[in-house]
Amino acid sequence: MDHEAVMDMHYTTTGIPHRKVLIWTFIGSECMLFGSLIAAYLAYRGRSVVGPYPEDLLNIPFITVTTFVLLMSSLAMVLALSAVQRGNRRGAKIWLAATAILGLIFLGGQYYEFSHFVHEGLGLSRNLFSATFFLLTGTHGAHVTVGVIWLLSLLGMEMKGNLGPEKAEIVEVAGLYWHFVDVVWIVLFTVIYLLV
Amino acid sequence: MSQTQTHAHSEPHTSNKTYVLVAAVLAMITAVEVMVFYIDALRPVIVPILVVLSAAKFTLVVSFFMHLKYDGRLLRSLFAGPLLVAIAIIVAMMALYGAFAVGAA
Repeated sequence: MDHEAVMDMHYTTTGIPHRKVLIWTFIGSECMLFGSLIAAYLAYRGRSVVGPYPEDLLNIPFITVTTFVLLMSSLAMVLALSAVQRGNRRGAKIWLAATAILGLIFLGGQYYEFSHFVHEGLGLSRNLFSATFFLLTGTHGAHVTVGVIWLLSLLGMEMKGNLGPEKAEIVEVAGLYWHFVDVVWIVLFTVIYLLV
Repeated sequence: MSQTQTHAHSEPHTSNKTYVLVAAVLAMITAVEVMVFYIDALRPVIVPILVVLSAAKFTLVVSFFMHLKYDGRLLRSLFAGPLLVAIAIIVAMMALYGAFAVGAA
C-alpha cells in the first residue's frame, strides 16, 4: 500500500471509507425526498378537474428513448469507474465524457418535453397533474444537472492528469450518485408514463 | 480489520462484460415494459406486471452498478432503511387518498 493511497483513503471506525458512508447516507435521505414527491404525485393522480390531462400529452415512444439514454449513461459510468480503477486514462476520459453527454441528451429531452407541455397549455399551476408532474420531474432533472456538472469536473481532473487509480474512490462516489439518479428515473418512468 | 479496509483503494468489483450484460438486460426489460403498456389484453394486470419489472431494473442497477451486492451490511442498511420508509410514505398516502378503495381508478 503506497503512502498516497493511504492518505487518500479515510476510514470510519466501521472500516468503511467515510466518503462511501456519506454518499450512502445522502442517497438514503434522497430516497425519502423522492418518496414524498412520488407519494404526492400518486395521491393527486387522476384528480385534475381541467385539462390538458396526462393521456393527452405524454409521448411514450419519445420518453422511452430518453429512458434508454439514461440507462446507457449508467453503463458508461461503471465503465468509466472501471477504467479509472485499472489506470486506463484514455478509457476514463472517453467513458466520463460519454456519461456526461448522455446526461445532457436526457436533459435536452426533458427541456423539449417541458416546452411542448407549456406550449400545449400545461403550465406549472394549470392543474394537479402539472403541479405534481413538474415538481417531481423537475427535481429529478435538477439532480441530473448536478450530476453532469460533477462528471464534467471529474473529466477536467482527468484531462489534467489528476485522476489515477488512487483517486478512484471519488469517481465511485460520483458514480453512486449518478446511478441513484438513474434508479429514481426507473421508478418515475413506470409511475408517470406507463401507469398513466 | 474489516473486509473493506483491506483494500488500498477502490478496486473493480465486476468485469466490464458483466456490466454490459446487465445493461443489455435493463434495455430488454424496458422494451418489455413498453410492450406491456401497448397490449390492451394486459390492462387488468398492468400494475403488478410493471411494478415487478420496474423493481427488477431497480435491483439490477443497485446490486451491480452501485455494487451494493458486494458492500457490507452497514451500507445496505443505510439504503434499505430509508427506502422502506419511502415506500411506506407512498403506500400510506395512497391509502389516505383512497387509491386502494374498491372501484378506485
